[in-house]
Amino acid sequence: MKPGGAELKWIDYSSPETLAEALSLLNEHQKDAGILAGGTDLIVKMRADRINPGQIIDIKSIPELNQVNINSNNDLTIGSAIPCYKIYNNDDIMNLRPELKDSASIIGGTQIQGRASFGGNICNAAPSADSVPLLISLGATCNVQSVNGERTIALEDLFSGPGQTVLEPNELLISITIPKKSDLSGANYIRFIPRNEMDIAVVGTGVSVTLSSNKKNFESVRVSLASVGPTPIFVDGIDKEVSGQEINDESIRVVSNMAKNASKPISDMRGTAEFRQHLCEVLTRRALITAIERAKEA
Amino acid sequence: MTQSKTYVRCTINGEDTEFLCEPRQSLLECLRDVLRLTGTKEGCNDGNCGACTIMLDDRIVTSCLVLGVEVNGKTITTIEGMASPEGLHPVQQAFLEEAALQCGICTPGFLIASKALLDTNPNPTEEEIRFWLANNLCRCTGYDKIVRAVVKAGEKIREG
Repeated sequence: MKPGGAELKWIDYSSPETLAEALSLLNEHQKDAGILAGGTDLIVKMRADRINPGQIIDIKSIPELNQVNINSNNDLTIGSAIPCYKIYNNDDIMNLRPELKDSASIIGGTQIQGRASFGGNICNAAPSADSVPLLISLGATCNVQSVNGERTIALEDLFSGPGQTVLEPNELLISITIPKKSDLSGANYIRFIPRNEMDIAVVGTGVSVTLSSNKKNFESVRVSLASVGPTPIFVDGIDKEVSGQEINDESIRVVSNMAKNASKPISDMRGTAEFRQHLCEVLTRRALITAIERAKEA
Repeated sequence: MTQSKTYVRCTINGEDTEFLCEPRQSLLECLRDVLRLTGTKEGCNDGNCGACTIMLDDRIVTSCLVLGVEVNGKTITTIEGMASPEGLHPVQQAFLEEAALQCGICTPGFLIASKALLDTNPNPTEEEIRFWLANNLCRCTGYDKIVRAVVKAGEKIREG
């Protein structure tokens, strides 16, 4: 056996240039189809014999999946096939959502970022996906289409288990929309890894905060966690506790403890459940403080 | 569907290149086994080690995680395209002078990745160099010599 697994079995490959063509092909092949954007998860899984698609559908030539759009309301829509480096090298995205660099620049290394997309990171549905917590905290929604029509799914509702989403076998993720940014808001994603780079999050925390007009109180706080449950976790109910509260050590501690209590980690080779719960508190506090600083500067 | 090979046409190291491959074959397999461009090395074959790094259009990628059929119409640079008839590229020369290689398996990947960095940023900080090269593993040098070589190559390139 070759390093990294066996040679791949016979597959058919298609690179449709229109969305209609891609959706029709996906509808025809359903679960036998493998969607190829950057391939940094798909090809690895195929080589390790974890999946065996007979039909590869390369989605990189489809215009809708490669567009960045900022509408008049400042909602940002990012095509699902756009690789990470095109996100943090895009001035329009960075002006509107500089925090996206936090996650886009730490998914794999430089070479992986040359291929891997947010759409792929999302659909791969790893509980540790680095792009997801920040996007959930920003209120991102997934624009999904099939031959039967289209629907929008809140990102926190997309995941049903490790590697599992609620997408039907004939549905394709077209793009991700991040709603309008409030002027007094900021966000941050940080993770804990034992190495400096190129590692899978032991815990990851995405935090988005909106401040009151005097910049002294919380208006809204959204927190999402990676690697502490079977899916990425959205920490529900934080606004009920801290909306309107003054920003101080106590209210920050309320948020970070809620994140800790929302986590449902397991113990594995990357860390014990207890350690991960502790990390949830620490990382949420740190990410929240950075998000507040960014909101004040914004 | 009948199982037939796919025709691919692309530009490799400045030359118009055609080849036939099976859709399952990685670009790395196509480069090495079909085109006999064996300068690009196979290490982990799952995107972690960076030994198979090449330039695909304007960006470095691990060629083990690209299918050969994906590169139709694309522009590729491999290690074979780095030196010119006049001599080694400054990055190659610096790796030699700083002894930034021992066994050599990781070296083509490091050279391609380092050149890509210096092409866009000829004066990177040590942190920028280490961050950029995080996707390339070397088990011999301990990285310090590689970082020193990239710094030196940057100096040479800036001097012109």
